[in-house]
Amino acid sequence: MDLSTTYLGFQLPHPFVPGASPIVNDIGAVRALEDAGAPLIIMPSLFEEQIACEAAATAQAYAQGSESFAEATSYLPSADLYRLGVDEYIDHLRRIKAAVRIPVIASLNGVTPGGWVEHARHLQQAGADALELNLYEVAMDDEESSLAIEDRLVEVVRAVRAVITIPLAVKISPFFTSVAHLAKRLEQAGANGLVVFNRFFQPDIDPETQEVRRAYPSHRGEVLLRLHWLAVLSAQRRLSLAATGGVHSEVEAVKALMCGAHCVQVVTRVIKGGPSVIRELRQRLADWLAAHEYDSVRQIQGSMNLKRCPDPSLYQRGNYIQILQTWDLAAKETF
Amino acid sequence: MSEHTMISVDGNEACAMVAHKLCEVAAIYPITPSSNMGEWADEWSVRGRKNLWGQVPDVIEMQSEAGAIGAVHGALQAGALATTFTASQGLLLMIPNMYKIAGELTSFAMHVSARCVATHALSIFGDHSDVMTCRMTGFAMLSSTCVQEAHDLAAIAHAATLKARVPFLHFFDGFRTSHEVNKIAPLSDEQLKQLITDEMVAAHRARALTPDRPVIRGTAQNPDTFFQAREACNRWYDAVPGIVEETMREFARITGRAYQIVAYTGAADAERVIVIMGSGAETASETARYLVGRGEKVGVVTVRLYRPFPGQQLLAALPASVRRIAVLDRTKEPGASGEPLLLDVIATLADSGRSIQVIGGRYGLSSKEFTPAMVKAVFDELAKPEPKRRFTVGIIDDVTQLSLPIGPELDVEPEGTVRAVFYGLGADGTVGANKNTIKIIGHLPGMYAQGYFVYDSKKSGSMTVSHLRFGRHPIKAPYLIGANSASFVAVHQWRFIERLDVLECAAPGATVLINAPFPKDEVWSRLPVEFQQTVVEKRLKLYAIDAVSVAKATGMGGRINTIMQTCFFALSQVLPREQAIAEIKAAIKKTYGRRGDDVVHKNWAAVDAALANLHEIAVGKADSPLHLLPIVPDDAPAFTKAVQAVMLAGKGDKLPVSAFPVDGTWPTATSQWEKRGIAVDIPVWDPAICIQCNKCAFVCPHAAIRPKAYDPAALASAPPTFKSMEAKAPELKGKKFTIQVAPEDCTGCGLCVVVCPAKDRSNPKHKALEMAPALPLFPSERENYRFFLALPDLARTTYPKFDVRTSQYLQPLFEYSGACAGCGETPYIKLMSQLFGDRVIIANATGCSSIYGGNLPTTPYAVNPDGRGPAWSNSLFEDNAEFGFGLRLGVDALSEQARLLLYQLAPKVGGELAAQILSSAQVTEQEFAAQRGRVNELKRRLAQIDSEEARRLLGLADYLVDKSIWIVGGDGWAYDIGYGGLDHVLANRRRVRLLVLDTEVYSNTGGQASKATPIGAAAKFAVAGKAVHKKDLGLMAMAYGHVYVASVAFGAKDAHTVQVFQEAESYPGPALIIAYSHCIAHGYDLRLGLEQQRLAVDSGVWPLYRFDPRRSEKGELPLVLDSAGGKVPVMDYLRNETRFRMVEKLDPERFKALSEMQSEHAAQRVALYQKLAELRFPLDRQAPAVKAQAVAGGEE
Repeated sequence: MDLSTTYLGFQLPHPFVPGASPIVNDIGAVRALEDAGAPLIIMPSLFEEQIACEAAATAQAYAQGSESFAEATSYLPSADLYRLGVDEYIDHLRRIKAAVRIPVIASLNGVTPGGWVEHARHLQQAGADALELNLYEVAMDDEESSLAIEDRLVEVVRAVRAVITIPLAVKISPFFTSVAHLAKRLEQAGANGLVVFNRFFQPDIDPETQEVRRAYPSHRGEVLLRLHWLAVLSAQRRLSLAATGGVHSEVEAVKALMCGAHCVQVVTRVIKGGPSVIRELRQRLADWLAAHEYDSVRQIQGSMNLKRCPDPSLYQRGNYIQILQTWDLAAKETF
Repeated sequence: MSEHTMISVDGNEACAMVAHKLCEVAAIYPITPSSNMGEWADEWSVRGRKNLWGQVPDVIEMQSEAGAIGAVHGALQAGALATTFTASQGLLLMIPNMYKIAGELTSFAMHVSARCVATHALSIFGDHSDVMTCRMTGFAMLSSTCVQEAHDLAAIAHAATLKARVPFLHFFDGFRTSHEVNKIAPLSDEQLKQLITDEMVAAHRARALTPDRPVIRGTAQNPDTFFQAREACNRWYDAVPGIVEETMREFARITGRAYQIVAYTGAADAERVIVIMGSGAETASETARYLVGRGEKVGVVTVRLYRPFPGQQLLAALPASVRRIAVLDRTKEPGASGEPLLLDVIATLADSGRSIQVIGGRYGLSSKEFTPAMVKAVFDELAKPEPKRRFTVGIIDDVTQLSLPIGPELDVEPEGTVRAVFYGLGADGTVGANKNTIKIIGHLPGMYAQGYFVYDSKKSGSMTVSHLRFGRHPIKAPYLIGANSASFVAVHQWRFIERLDVLECAAPGATVLINAPFPKDEVWSRLPVEFQQTVVEKRLKLYAIDAVSVAKATGMGGRINTIMQTCFFALSQVLPREQAIAEIKAAIKKTYGRRGDDVVHKNWAAVDAALANLHEIAVGKADSPLHLLPIVPDDAPAFTKAVQAVMLAGKGDKLPVSAFPVDGTWPTATSQWEKRGIAVDIPVWDPAICIQCNKCAFVCPHAAIRPKAYDPAALASAPPTFKSMEAKAPELKGKKFTIQVAPEDCTGCGLCVVVCPAKDRSNPKHKALEMAPALPLFPSERENYRFFLALPDLARTTYPKFDVRTSQYLQPLFEYSGACAGCGETPYIKLMSQLFGDRVIIANATGCSSIYGGNLPTTPYAVNPDGRGPAWSNSLFEDNAEFGFGLRLGVDALSEQARLLLYQLAPKVGGELAAQILSSAQVTEQEFAAQRGRVNELKRRLAQIDSEEARRLLGLADYLVDKSIWIVGGDGWAYDIGYGGLDHVLANRRRVRLLVLDTEVYSNTGGQASKATPIGAAAKFAVAGKAVHKKDLGLMAMAYGHVYVASVAFGAKDAHTVQVFQEAESYPGPALIIAYSHCIAHGYDLRLGLEQQRLAVDSGVWPLYRFDPRRSEKGELPLVLDSAGGKVPVMDYLRNETRFRMVEKLDPERFKALSEMQSEHAAQRVALYQKLAELRFPLDRQAPAVKAQAVAGGEE
């Protein structure tokens, strides 16, 4: 079975890519991923906000009590000994590059043009084979219009593109008035691929203690939103497309590929099941394709996108209508 | 030496650079002010810096200085080149071994930042009392006078010892040299190689103990031979001065810097000469030069080699014209006919037959200032017809009249020297910025810079005073910038302007920069009149900037250091303005570049904004209605006003000898008079939500928030803003309740707000306590707190036993200490003081708890309305358990005597009363109250009995009320240096309570690793993360079977802590409490300290338990595991603390391995405890007492 696919110009033996997650922080796990057949490694995002935050926290930890008391002008070993922020990330990138032969995609998060864009250049210099630019933000400024936000993000992509020559994928969230238009602008700004979608951080609350809690991991229902937009974008754009969010089995993967994904990023399953999940998914995909008499992944890729699916109107408003039509039935099944 | 290779470093770094290059092994132990030398050596080894022979030296921290010198002795005997760094008591701990090392003629150089030895008080500051105690060890002693010499003479010591075989103690003045930053020419490897040849090293190696050429050393000798054998080394000592001179000549050839073992500066025809060692020699020499320039026939002899004493060289150095000599010693030898250097000089002159009159004086003890004016005072004394034979200089001795009168300050510095003084807050980064400034200026060709930093005695909200000098000549002025001599004065905090005479140091016409939180037109009118008067009288130029607003506007938060530094450069004109700004910006880029451009740009923006917001203030009339705030209130005790207030005002130098107690005894309960007002925000109480749990008071490190329940009638005279509510507890029915903050004692740490569980349910962000800006609250809350304190406390007998809530109604007898904001240790001490403070004697190991507990001017242990409270003392670092044990023995002896007398006097005082006193239990407050009542009655009856016994018992009657001995210290004491003693004390059955405030590092000296440091934590001397597990002190103590042992963490389970303290107190044998204490050395915002404690406990890293042998007697299991962890991953705990995260940043894989090991260890430890908790121990039987008759020759 030919499972190969192309993503950001990389020839991948199969489409299952371990998505950006903390698992990659461990070199042993990175090696295990390669051994399990992962076609490339995506590092977790280096958050500009996190760098600044960590630098501030470290600076505060060091400043606390320092140069205040005759017996101790500091309370921690010299900070110069340790790698902080970007250096730490770049070091880790180097270690991963040294540990594996597969391509390594570094990932940066930033939503305003700024000095951090230089980090992209440093990551390329440190050996990143591609860059995934994570445009995640929670837009809460009531003074900033949606157009201004999009302009800003496009500007960020342009700025990053200007300092690197390696492929650039852009990871976006689905919360734009026109994802299709934004995708077009991002492509024009120099993006080579789109990663759909970022998961929106939705914290839970505890009604007993009145505290805010962390969100849960992804569930397979999340894939539906991805399928919709993959189907649209793969019909409209020449961008490499990665599906991320809700792919828990080969079934969601098949769907994503049919809607036009060039690769599917798997995160929750890998975190829970370990690197061998990649091997398992690959096998299951091969089995599924064989059982359904396909020869290759390329055969199904995009087969259900907006251009090629038998009833594209369902991607437009048909789905909504159908939901209404089937509501009665669903209600009966439930009760 | 090319200008560009010169560096700006302090004396410790200068010395350690050389020592690290010239050793293979360094065994060390932290002690102020030498700790930094070991830290530098350790850091360089971690970075892989190699010694002269291409090897990374092995830097190893030992359990004490005694351990360090033992390890050094071994390394030397094995043939390695070893070194160590120490000072003060640490050096004293090395003495026994130093005799051995010298007796064995071992090549060895050690480096000492000379420090005061504790006598009537401890002092961390510099003098020669420590090195002088080593005179008899047989070590050669080489003294450096300045930072450059600390570097150069270190090399000369290492070279000379290899030639001479006699070991060398190289020393320089603690703080004055060890902490002075100055510009020096560093030695290159090539230069060092020329100084120390392979042959010299090979000769040392050839003497190694090795089974390949076996010999025996360390034998025991007898009367027949020891004496002769001891004399056999004489020729080696005779040769030392010549060898050092030869090494110095060689050094001069290599570097161009020439030294003499005894050097003379001054007039060729001098008649009056001072002989002196250390940094004072530099001051004396510069002053002599100045005076000679004005025609005086004076000179200074600087002694660099002190042992073997170079008598010939001393005689040769003295001009033939000398008629009188004053020898200055920086030490005191009470009862001696003179101090050591004086006696050496007298003996040398006597031997030579030269007839010169010699007088001797003490100066500079504990870093007391030694200035040109003092030097002149000594020369003036020498010129008198009848000079004082023995004198002191630098103080006013109005008791024994030994001190010399001192004239006005002399400016002996080269023309054009810029002198600048900066008043800052520890937390505002002033010192850091000034160190940066020195580097900027010192780096420039032809420019020299010197910096010295003075800190106050508090760990929170402390004031720093930076003394900086700049000029075009090397700066040789090892003394502070004195009165009327600074051409630039900067006051970085408005608070200081309101309280202190910050302009005393300003020279006439000086530039003054203040950080004023007011519009520029208001600044003048906001100044106290005293400040205004000085500005007018001295014709000062006044500039102001609202640095806090500029910092906020440029995204710098509260960090004003860059802004103030920019203003300094702009105003001082040390450099052309543009060049200065460019240099600052370059320094910012260098410092912050790695943290991202944003940080750099913010700082740059702050630099630009600083210039735009710096304004000259028009000097008006000195007519302000405002005055400097009183240092202490009017109702303070006379001693506090006369002595402590002067110290608090920064004028302690002016207090005469007569002001002081003769034996170091001071009153307690004095921190209450020092109202520092350092909090930016303080908690505000909302009675509408409060549930009266009193947890806020429980966790407060400074006893600055307190509850009271009181009679409603008391509210009649309450200030208008005083808040109260109905008391909720059933037993307090009908009473009113108030939570009150002590606004000027609060440090604003916020722990009370974090712990507060009372939320407004429709707005959970709002709790019963919230932080609010302090400044507007000070006036009303000050009044409220005064009213609150006057309300009566609940009677101690209200409760039979205490829990978290009720314990907080007890008056804290430990309050307003100088501990860090958010300190994790002091809540334990405060709790102990609340529960037992009226009957406790505390033995306190040296460390944080002895500093915030006993560092003057004011101390935190307080008294109750009866005048009772903790009595406190600090003996040493290493002997605290034994000291406390001795207190127990002493108290027991007195109470036994009292009981004996009472037994004898029973017929006279009443048999029933005597029987009750002798047999009543004393555990609960009710029982204590009853016993006190009985003892009072006893005293009344005794007063009416006219007998010797009755009078003796009257003097001892208070010992019939039980006294509690608490032995308090940190983990450095309990796990390391004092462990042997602690173990021995536990092994006895005396009733002592040992409280180990476990911060898992040596906190007081700056966070060095101890055996309590957990695996995976970065600490100084364990930079890459400690590789072995924390010692299980509790388990070791449990092994005795008769020791009460408990592990507590008040932030995780406060009720458990309260229970443990009461169980320990009631235990009839030794009790050990190991108390988790969060600390700034852990590297996180201490507001989260309680949460971290919870994570430590819930993860199993810090299990809570109580091992109570009494339970065996009741047929119960003695060990109760109160928290076994396992609720959260260990990683959740580790990730929050910089000490762990740093290890991940250094080496993620190593961190992973170490953190896994920590997780496994936590689980194993809990599993072990769980098994132990199932074990039924045999009854803890006490051996029968030895009967006196049973002993041969016993008397009865």
